[in-house]
Formats: sequence, C-alpha cells, structure tokens
Amino acid sequence: MELPQIITDWFDGQGWSIHPHQRAMADRADAPALLLIAPTGGGKTMAGFLPTLADLASRQHTGLHTLYVSPLKALAADIKRNLRRPVDEMGLPIRIEDRTGDTSATQKKRQRADPPHILLTTPESLALLTSYEDAPRMFAGLQRIIIDEIHALAESKRGDQLFLALAALEGMVPQLRRVGLSATVEDPSTIAHLLARHPDPCEILTADPGPAPDIAMLETAEAPPWAGGGAAYAIPAVLEEVKRHRTTLIFHNTRAQAELFFHNLWLANDEALPIGIHHGSLDRNQRDRVEQAMVRGELRAIVCTGSLDLGIDWGDVDLVIQIGAPKNVKRLVQRIGRANHRYNAPSKALLVPANRFEVVECVAALEAVKAHTLDGDARGRGPRDVLCQHILIAAAAGPFDADALYAQTITTGAFADLTRPEFDACLDFCATGGYALRAYDKWQRLKQAPDGRWHLRDPRAAQRIRMNIGTIQDTDTLKVRLKRSRGGKPLGEIEEGFAASLTPGDTFLIGGQIVRYEGLNQMTVEVTRRADRKPKIATFMGTKFATSTQLSHRILEMFRQDTWPDLPPHTADWLALHRKLSKLPEHGRLLVESFPHDGRENTVIYGFAGRNAQQTLGLLVSKRLEEEGLNPLGFVSTDYATLIWGLDGVPDPAPLFDIDALRDGLDKWLAGNAVMKRTFRASATIAGLIERNTPQAKKSGRQATFSSDILYDTLLKYDPDHLMMQITREEAMRGLVDFGRIEEMVRRTQGRIDHIQPGRITPLAAPLFLEPGRVPIKGLAEERLLAEEAARVLEGAGVTEQTVKPVWRVPY
Amino acid sequence: MNGHEITLVGADLTALPSGALFWRDAGLLCVSDLHLGKADRLARRGGSMLPPYETRDTLDRLSADLEATDASTVICLGDSFDDLDAALSLPEDARLQIARLQAGRSWMWIEGNHDPGPVDLGGTHLAEHVQGPLTFRHIAVPGACGEVSGHYHPKAHVRTRAKTITRPAFLCDGNRLILPSYGTYTGGLGSHDPAFAPLFGDGAQAILTGRQALAVPMPRAVAS
Repeated sequence: MELPQIITDWFDGQGWSIHPHQRAMADRADAPALLLIAPTGGGKTMAGFLPTLADLASRQHTGLHTLYVSPLKALAADIKRNLRRPVDEMGLPIRIEDRTGDTSATQKKRQRADPPHILLTTPESLALLTSYEDAPRMFAGLQRIIIDEIHALAESKRGDQLFLALAALEGMVPQLRRVGLSATVEDPSTIAHLLARHPDPCEILTADPGPAPDIAMLETAEAPPWAGGGAAYAIPAVLEEVKRHRTTLIFHNTRAQAELFFHNLWLANDEALPIGIHHGSLDRNQRDRVEQAMVRGELRAIVCTGSLDLGIDWGDVDLVIQIGAPKNVKRLVQRIGRANHRYNAPSKALLVPANRFEVVECVAALEAVKAHTLDGDARGRGPRDVLCQHILIAAAAGPFDADALYAQTITTGAFADLTRPEFDACLDFCATGGYALRAYDKWQRLKQAPDGRWHLRDPRAAQRIRMNIGTIQDTDTLKVRLKRSRGGKPLGEIEEGFAASLTPGDTFLIGGQIVRYEGLNQMTVEVTRRADRKPKIATFMGTKFATSTQLSHRILEMFRQDTWPDLPPHTADWLALHRKLSKLPEHGRLLVESFPHDGRENTVIYGFAGRNAQQTLGLLVSKRLEEEGLNPLGFVSTDYATLIWGLDGVPDPAPLFDIDALRDGLDKWLAGNAVMKRTFRASATIAGLIERNTPQAKKSGRQATFSSDILYDTLLKYDPDHLMMQITREEAMRGLVDFGRIEEMVRRTQGRIDHIQPGRITPLAAPLFLEPGRVPIKGLAEERLLAEEAARVLEGAGVTEQTVKPVWRVPY
Repeated sequence: MNGHEITLVGADLTALPSGALFWRDAGLLCVSDLHLGKADRLARRGGSMLPPYETRDTLDRLSADLEATDASTVICLGDSFDDLDAALSLPEDARLQIARLQAGRSWMWIEGNHDPGPVDLGGTHLAEHVQGPLTFRHIAVPGACGEVSGHYHPKAHVRTRAKTITRPAFLCDGNRLILPSYGTYTGGLGSHDPAFAPLFGDGAQAILTGRQALAVPMPRAVAS
C-alpha cells in the first residue's frame, strides 16, 4: 500500500523516518493474517495501525473499521491517547474509543448503536460484544483486527477465548484481516498458528531487535534478608536511583508487595519526590490520575505491578527497577522494554532481589539474558472449559447450527484438532448439563428447535451468561471506600478473605495510605483515615510465574562452586552457612531436610523439578505420609523445592520416592486431592457450571453460597466420567501434574537421597515458609487437632476470636 | 454410638457426626435443612445445572442414620425442600426412597421458610412440634427454652495449634440447640456471625460434625 501523503508529511513534520518494519506492514496491508515481532519501543503499535490510518485517510468509511485488542485495560487507554495525537495532527476525521470493564453503561450502549472507526478493547469485552444479537450489525464493515501483546495472550485461556471470538467475528465479516503484534519470542510460528485462520498460513515479519538491554543487579550497602518479598532493605538505594534518573518504573510481582514498598518508600522520601502507585486493585479514577500525571511528566517514579506492564508507552521512562526475582526471564526482558523508548538506545534496568535466594536467582537470570535464552512453554490443545463458555456465548447471540459452530471452532489454531464427539460433549454439557442421570430434560439450558438450531430455553439466561463471561480466575474482592460521613470516596478493592479477617479498628494499606476498618456495609468495606495502628497487609492475588527450567539448572550449577566470587558476600556467606548446616542440592542427588519449626514437623524436598512437578511431588508424598499415619497438614511448592508440614516427622524419606509406588497411586490419588478441586473450581466457573455473578446477587448485593468442593465430591461419587471431570483431569495434567519430570528426577537421583536433620530451619528452606499457594491436606491430622482442641476444653482453656479463610463458593 | 451427648432442659440428646440429632429415650431422629430438589430449582430458574445427585446423596445419608439409630420417629426441621415446586417435582426414585424410609415410622415435616406449605408426600405437616420438654421449630425464637431449630446452617471455625478448621456444627447452650444443615448442597453461617450472638448465652458449645462429633466452646467474634 502506498502511504497517503498526509501521513508521510506528518512523519516528516515530526522529524521521524518510517521504520522498515512499519513500511513492510503497510505493504502487506492486504494479508489475511500477519504477525509482527518487534521489541517494545520499536513503534510496533504504529506499525499495526498504519494501514488503518492510510485506509481511513484515503476513503470514506462508515462504522467500525478496526478493532484493537490488548490484554490490559490500561493499554487500551494508553493507545487511545497515543493514537489521538497523530490522528488530530493529520486532521483525519477518525473516531477512536475504548471499551473495557471500566467503560460506563451508557457509553457502551451508544458504541453498539453507533460504533467508532477504531475500537480499543480487551478479550473479555470483545467476547461480550459477540454475545449480543445485534453483533453482526455492529461489526458490519469491519476491516481489521489488531491483537497487541499477542505473546502474552497466547499463553493463557484469555487468548483461547479471544481466538474463538475471532472465529465468530470471521463468521460475521469474512473479509476481516488479522494482525498480531508480539514482543520478542523464541518460536514465533506457534503464535502465528494461533493468529491465522486454520489451516491458512500466516506471514511473520521480524523487526530489528535493537541493542541488547543494560541490566544489572542493584548493589546495596545493606544485606537482603533470608526470606520475604518486601525488599524494604533496598529502599535507600532505590531512592538514590530515582533521584539519579528522570522517570523510574518500580515493578513488583504482587499488589500487596507494591503497597508495602510504596508505603515504606514514602516514609523514607525526605525530599518529597513525586512518586505514585498503580495497580489493578486501585479505583479507576486513581489509576487515571497516576497515568495522566505520568504522561505529563510530573512523576519521578511509579510503584506498580503487571497492570502497567506490556508495552505501555511512557515516553520518558529511563529506568526500570524490578523488585523481587523476575521468575521468568522472558517477562524480565519485556518489562525492560519499558525503559527508554528511543528505538536505538539500550534499555536500562536494575534487579532488586528481595531475599538471598533471589540474589542467586537474579544472578542466574542475568546470565540467561546475556545468553539470549528466552524461555516459554508450549500451550497444548485448546481447553474445553473455554469452548463451553464459547458455546454459551454463541447461544446468547441467537439460535445457532451445531455443524456450523463446530466448523467455525476448528478454524482456530488451538482447537484445530478438536474432534466432533469432543465438541458434541461440550454442547451437550451446555444444553442438558451432560449428566449420566438425565435430570434436566424439562429445564434444559439450550433446546433444539424443529429446524435443528439450538437456542436458549429461557431468553433471560442470556443476561446470566453475559454476566459470567471471562476466563480470569481472580479471587472475590470487595470494594473499599471511605465512610459515607467522610465523603464515601472509593479507594480500591481487597480480597474477600482478607476483609473477613479484619475486625473494626484494624488498619491496612491501600493506595499507599493506611486506613482503618470500620465495618462492612452492603458488600463494601468502609474505612476511615484514622491511622493509629501498624497496618496489616492487604492480600491481593498476585500472578504466579513459574521459573523456567533452565534457571533451575543454572542455579544447580552455581551450587557446585566451592566459593561464589560472583555473588555479593552476604549471599555467598548465606550459601556457605547452608552448606555447613546441611548441604547444597546437587544435580545427581536428592536432598531432603527434616526439622521442627513453629510447632510443626517440616520436610523439604529439593527436587529442582519446576513448580508443577514439585507440586505433584508434594501431593504424592503427602498422600504417602497420610497412609503412613504421619499426619501431614499441608504443603507448598516452588520451582526448586516442596515443603511439607505436619504433626509428625519423617523418619526415613527413601521409601517415599519409590517410583513404582508413586506411579501406582497416581490415578486413585489424583481424584481426591486439593489441587484437583482447585482446578475443578476454575474450569467449572469458566464452563458455566458455577455462576460467579447472578442477577439476584446484583440486586440484593449478597448471595448465599456453598463450597465448590461439594460439587466435585458429588460428581466423583455419582458421575466420575462427567465432562467437567474429564476437563478437570485434562487441565490438571496440563498445568499441575508433570509426572514425567518426577520420573526424570527419580531416574536422575537413582535413590541417592541425602536425608539431613539439621534440627533447625536452614537458609534455603527459609523462603518456603513465606511462599503463597499453600495446599491444605484434609486428613486425619485435622481430627487429631480437633480432638486436642476439644480436650483443652476440659482443662478450661477457651476458644475466642476466629478468623475466616477465603474459600470459593457456589452461589445458589 | 459415635456421637456427642448433650442434655437440653432434662432431655438426653446425642449429636451425631453426620449432623443429625438423636433422642434415644423418645426413639426420635431429627434432621434439618435437607433442601431436597435444590439442583432442580436452580435449573428451573435458568441458572446453573448442578450435578443432579444431591437429593439422592442426602437421602442415602439419612437412610444410614436411620439404620444406625433404628429411630421410630423422624422430624425434618424445615427447609426439607428447596421450594414447594421442588417438592412437587421430586423424581420418582426419590419419592420411593422417602416412602421406604417412612414405612413403619412416625414422620413429621416441620415447615420452613423455603417450604411453607404441605407437600404430597406421606407424614404429618406441622408449623412446630412440642414433645416433652422440647419444642421443634424451624427458626429459633429469642427467649425460647428447650428449643430445637435449624435454618441458619451453622458452621464453626476452630483455630487449632496448626490451622483453622471449619466444619458444619450444632450450636447449643442450656436453653436451645440449632442443628447444622443436613442437605448435600448447602453452605453455612459461621458461629461468630452476629446473628447467633443474641441466641446463645455464655458457655455455649459448638459440636463439630465430621468423622466424629467433637464439642468446643462456641467460637464467637471478638468484641471490638
């Protein structure tokens, strides 16, 4: 495509030349599917929009022309800002709007009746749009869809949902051209396979990757602690760096850590440098204010989480600081792309490990970046829980033909090998529940009309389906606002479970301020600004990243050294202490430590087999311990180790790793465990068996619930081959089991087990005690604990205050 | 029998680990909040189609308790059906199962807020029932004495030395007793909820259900 002069003139006016990959994208504007791989800051987004601008500049277009989908709300808002300027300066009559969960209902309604030329949205909002009966009218004339940060979407169910929505769009507007924009990835063809209409090809364009990033570990005078994720020790050094740079982004892995760090940073900020906080649990207005202040260049630093991640173009950022181990090297490099958006200058970033184990991880990660070894896992087949939701969305949009929907589904890369019986099982599940006991003939959700097409029995069900669209599994949250008498200002959200643990008078951090819990009013947490106590930490669900396998190997290599001249002295000493108290894990051996701590007996298995395999190992070994009567209570796994705690110690771990015994129990064991229940809960919610949002709850602000575990137990007992159980097994196998890695570990160590009983917690074990994601074991230990508690009654000791743990619930 | 013995205004009662209450001297078994037909009601209203096995599961457990206690009288303490339509549209095998359980037994359906009218199943329908020193009704009345009720689906969160454990629980003091819900698809309300505060005096107990029935002091919210 020849670019219109109005566009080339504008580039000239800016003193910019059009990048070769931007030109190439315009040249291939007519390609049905096109994937651009470019580093952040490479004008990737402009490259995606150039053909749209060129087309809209050269001819009249009525209605929607281009859909832009990004994984983040903030990114949609940011692109709107960044696109508005060139469009206005070129004088093009183009309407650009965004549509996310934050958009008002009035605005959303208007967008459906009168869509803009360019609509910026998220996968969930797009899926919702395709669920309306008038969707074909809204999308009529649509020319292009741009999927930004497609590498991030390609790894998740959000992506699977998006690609299914894309197939639905294709059905409405067959001329639709697809463009994917991706950061640097190891295997672009995997993403291309997902983007293109299967089995059509997808052309891949690769931009110049630019200079290598400048990444280092922040050296501090003070030593990091043994465990914990706060990195409070590094505050003075971080402030120094903020002073030395124009604008700094300070990334955290979790929202709770961001809040705490921000609070501590302000306590130390004697010069009152303008520093803001930004994360997904904050109220939208507050996020907006921070984003705008950032754009105006008024902030010297922003403490943030992934909500600011992924390619947001903050012009003046010249330093990125990552607090806590980046867990995933690929993510680190992408984050660093945020710094310094001048294309040919190297990005600058500092890593701040939060504890000494993370120092080791950081050093290993830096080596990996230098070696250009980016990691990532293959996704596998499309998950059928997402397909079930897709079928319900199709039904909400209007009657559909099963043959046509199946044909459309297998045009998506992830579902290309879906068989017809597999599809039919999902359809049957959506229509009748899919139970062996055909109990719902009268109340089927979907019915087949005489013409063979499927439709909703009760049209009002469409609203319920729309209320539950999405695949993100976050925990239930409650809104936090100032008490009405104090203005009622919304501040953000906290997890329901955390809210339940608060009693009036407790204080916690939100948006960097300490607030005092006053009470719960209509599902809203009311607070005041009376900060008279040390704050509890609000818990937010943080995204868990799995460390790549190659980082594990690098770390094991490091452990083989006699001394560690490359590590800071405090961390080298810490490793030496571990070696003295216990021993360091080795590649060909399995280290197991047992020691009492905090009133429980603990066993740590250093398998270095990756989080999934360590998790499975935790389940298998704790099952064996339960059988041996050793009363395990729970376990937690990282990429390197599994910590199991219980009432009794493990006298000899060797028999626990008998591979045949482990394998024998696998199937039986798999059925009853907590991880399966957790997986079931997530898949059942996505597939529409559990409705997280109901109209009743919306009306009354409350709903009665019971645990989803009951549903799992009931199905296991009465209908173990039900589709939801099949999906649960598939998903558990995909994400959590990884038995092959355990076999590999057992083979590698060949019974060479070192069982060390150091009598106390060891340096390497310390971080495990603060690790999130603990899995409880509901076994005989519970009975023994309750019996102890009941016995205490006789001695006159009472039970007083109780707190409630967060649980997932089925609304009824 | 595995259970926890309690005395309520002179009546010797056994709280069974299943959540049923047995009054040996009267040969009476009491269960509350069966919520039969819940999955059916949800599907009828256009909501989720939950696994339709909860009615069978609930009745199977009741059957086991009846067999173990050999009770001659059964009181279902209200909310036995998730709504009246659920009662009327109970599948045939569930009706047969109920009829089998009723054979040779005196059976009372106490009305609850979910099932406030008569149903077309055997047994007697009552708003409440007085027997000896005890009054059986669905919802506790403040100030009542010798009252056995249900409705709240009480649970107790017990903090032990190693973790907090949550179980459906009987709540009782010298004056009243509230049964946990017996139905398979039912959630619960923690004993520390303000709803329970005016109903129970000092020294109230929670008897946890599970593998064995265990009594602990009733967990309450700390005063702020």
